[in-house]
Amino acid sequence: MPSLHYEYQVSGDDFTRAGEASSDIKNKLKQMGVSPSAVRKAAIAIYEGEINMVIHAGGGAISVEILPDQIAMELIDHGPGIADIGLAMQEGYSTAPDAVRSLGFGAGMGLPNMKKYSDEMTITSRVGEGTTVSMVVRFE
Amino acid sequence: MNLEDICKLLQATLLTKNNNLKKVVHSAFSSDMMSDVLAYAKDDSILITGLCNPQVMRTAEMMDLAGVIFIRGKKPDTTMLHLAEDIGLCVMVTELPMFNTCGKLFCAGLNGGVSLDA
Repeated sequence: MPSLHYEYQVSGDDFTRAGEASSDIKNKLKQMGVSPSAVRKAAIAIYEGEINMVIHAGGGAISVEILPDQIAMELIDHGPGIADIGLAMQEGYSTAPDAVRSLGFGAGMGLPNMKKYSDEMTITSRVGEGTTVSMVVRFE
Repeated sequence: MNLEDICKLLQATLLTKNNNLKKVVHSAFSSDMMSDVLAYAKDDSILITGLCNPQVMRTAEMMDLAGVIFIRGKKPDTTMLHLAEDIGLCVMVTELPMFNTCGKLFCAGLNGGVSLDA
């Protein structure tokens, strides 16, 4: 299987459409015959990232590269950035407003979950400039 | 316990078409926080929730859940139901409140679907 590359633009002003990119990525992995557990891990990790983009950053771009043995996902936004990544990685820490919680998110589980379900994750962020999250999920 | 048993037990109304009602469900997870569902729910379990927005269907899709039960008569709109049908998700609504819904399912043998592993 050759390397496959996909790009998605995530709108920041339509919460109802959040998850469309993740759904498409999940379906592509399923069609390629990737194991269900690896598909599930990648889907959850990218969906959490996509939701974060919509909630915190006004949208962004997702870039995905699928190789025979892994999927590499990069999420780039130009939102407010993360001042303290260590703090943001703690379960339960959230800067989401109450309006976001009433939608079922903002419990401070997004980034910890992305780390839990991916095999590698790195975050680079500058306050006022944006955040880039890179994740890899390996296929068993 | 399969989806049909659950629907009867909760006197629920089935909202999606083409469901596989014989699909067996071993566990359930109840929450209005999708963040918690994404962190802890097991695959092939059923979600019980009072939250009613499209991200409930998306969360169930990503988690490979067998179905969603909306409590207290909360009815998803047609856009949400079309999404559920596209995903292949069984959706039902019961008039029961959260506690009674969980209690009935627990007494009938369903256990909490909490996974602490990835």
